[in-house]
Amino acid sequence: MAVLIIADHDNAALSDATAKTVTAAQAFGGEIDVLVAGECAADVAAEAAKLTGVRKVLHADGVVYKKQLAEAMEALIVPLMDGYDALFAPATTMGKNVTPRIAAKLDVMQISDIIEIKDSATFVRPIYAGNAIMTVSSSDAKKVVTVRGTAFAAAGSDGSAAIETVSASDAPLKSSFVSEEVVKSDRPELTAAKSVVSGGRALGSEDEFQRLIVPLADKLGAAVGASRAAVDAGYAPNDYQVGQTGKIVAPELYVAVGISGAIQHLAGMKDSKIIVAINKDDEAPIFQVADYGLVADLFSAVPELTEAL
Amino acid sequence: MKVLVPVKRVIDYNVKVRVKSDKTGVDLANVKMSMNPFDEISVEEAVRMKEAGTVSEIVVVSIGPQQAQETIRTALAMGADRGILVKTDEMVEPLGVAKILAKIVAEETPDLVILGKQAIDDDSNQTGQMLGAILDWPQGTFASEVKVDGGQFHVTREVDGGLQTVALDGPAIVTVDLRLNEPRYASLPNIMKAKKKPVDTKAPEDYGVDIAPRLSVLEVSEPAVREAGEKVEDVATLVSKLKTAGAI
Ligand SMILES: Cc1cc2nc3c(=O)[nH]c(=O)nc-3n(C[C@H](O)[C@H](O)[C@H](O)COP(=O)(O)OP(=O)(O)OC[C@H]3O[C@@H](n4cnc5c(N)ncnc54)[C@H](O)[C@@H]3O)c2cc1C
Ligand SMILES: Nc1ncnc2c1ncn2[C@@H]1O[C@H](COP(=O)(O)O)[C@@H](O)[C@H]1O
Repeated sequence: MAVLIIADHDNAALSDATAKTVTAAQAFGGEIDVLVAGECAADVAAEAAKLTGVRKVLHADGVVYKKQLAEAMEALIVPLMDGYDALFAPATTMGKNVTPRIAAKLDVMQISDIIEIKDSATFVRPIYAGNAIMTVSSSDAKKVVTVRGTAFAAAGSDGSAAIETVSASDAPLKSSFVSEEVVKSDRPELTAAKSVVSGGRALGSEDEFQRLIVPLADKLGAAVGASRAAVDAGYAPNDYQVGQTGKIVAPELYVAVGISGAIQHLAGMKDSKIIVAINKDDEAPIFQVADYGLVADLFSAVPELTEAL
Repeated sequence: MKVLVPVKRVIDYNVKVRVKSDKTGVDLANVKMSMNPFDEISVEEAVRMKEAGTVSEIVVVSIGPQQAQETIRTALAMGADRGILVKTDEMVEPLGVAKILAKIVAEETPDLVILGKQAIDDDSNQTGQMLGAILDWPQGTFASEVKVDGGQFHVTREVDGGLQTVALDGPAIVTVDLRLNEPRYASLPNIMKAKKKPVDTKAPEDYGVDIAPRLSVLEVSEPAVREAGEKVEDVATLVSKLKTAGAI
């Protein structure tokens, strides 16, 4: 058996989600190869080659892979799948965008966002915002799977896999990259951070979000997250959204500030090790999952907490 | 321009889902059902395009039981023109849905298909992408903005690092994210008018698509429940508790 993993990266560094996907592939079994498709991403290929348990790295270099657009990735990966029994990708926006196209081309049902592998045909995944956990068995000849990062530890980095070049596909494409707005920050990445501080609608404005949430996160060395309501209102950028339809996080410490705890939000953070909630409504559902709940006005409690740390 | 909008009938997002005690699935009896919230956003986007004069016809499709007709009616009341109900009592997986949609696209020849990024029941996030592959159409997933520019679509996508804009040569697939728009409520007169709009009823067999599931559900169980912890009195207590727990 052999598994191909699509590496998630930004041409400079491999994402942590890729290393977690390698661990999931180990549970599936068989040889593991990692595909690094990018532009001038040799460093990423070298990093992937160090992941523990990887047999080889396939490196496709070309300007069409710079942003890993789904159509280009499909044209590259579908022919490669002749040599593999399974395709794994992290359930990042890259993985979610790309893998279903390949599944459809292979005529198989994708199994999205898995949290456990029972055997090479049986997978466990959350449905209904994590309110139910489904175990499914796939009858398809090849398995196409996306992996929820919070459910698997990252693979180590003591490997030394060979790097093989694969040639870029020259299929004409009907999509092209135009532009992007990427916020560069020195803060830990949300899904990989040891602590996360998230703010909700109660912050009331972007200024207050910056004034209260950011210093607390700085003190804790934490990533910053937000509820959908806070993102919709423009207090925080879209990629801060934690939840069913945003990012799934499971840090050691999650601090929810002025967040009510709707099921869609809980779906993204309830596997955190320690949850702290600050909310002035002592009936707020967030307290049902919080290890430590502080019923208080955040506008006084948060500065006090930041000060005390 | 013609737009096709697939809409799914799902458990309302406010309902607390319960797993059946025999672990075969979740309890759907007497539970409020609604249009998948992302699909409301797709319908809204199509209606706005029609109001802006770029779209001339909006066709909505739902694959599901007879009651999915209500979901279609909701979309018609929001401003869609006609509906197609592909009636089945079987659970159709995203791959099967994508295959049926591909056949409907072949018949209807839309310029754009707008889907939700994710159905909030199966949380699959794959139907639109699969349809794109089957049709060999380009896709703009997780859209927070869609601009029509001649035969091209400029789609701004919500991605992990921020926002990304791609250009797609039409015909194309768009899947929508939460911030694309805020869907309208259908007004009473529009709900009445929608009753007169045409809805065709079809069956999966009419499209010659094999919808036999590829995944068999072995078990549906409750997630591990997280115990509520304790309320702390003040910030100082919180800090000392966190220190004791080794969290800070
Ligand atoms: C299809 C769909 C997908 C969704 N996906 C997501 C998702 O991925 N992530 C997500 O987060 N949500 C998601 N939602 C939205 C979700 O249902 C909630 O609406 C949202 O999480 C609410 O955000 P909030 O807790 O910040 O706001 P609110 O629910 O308004 O809560 C604000 C809280 O702040 C408290 N508060 C007010 N003032 C103060 C103060 N001064 N001090 C302390 N506390 C105060 C209030 O008591 C209240 O509990 C989704 C919804 C839908 C329909
Ligand atoms: N049974 C269905 N009928 C109509 N549209 C559907 C159906 N299932 C999925 N879709 C569409 O595909 C999107 C994504 O669904 P999913 O891939 O299941 O998460 C939904 O938001 C709908 O637009």
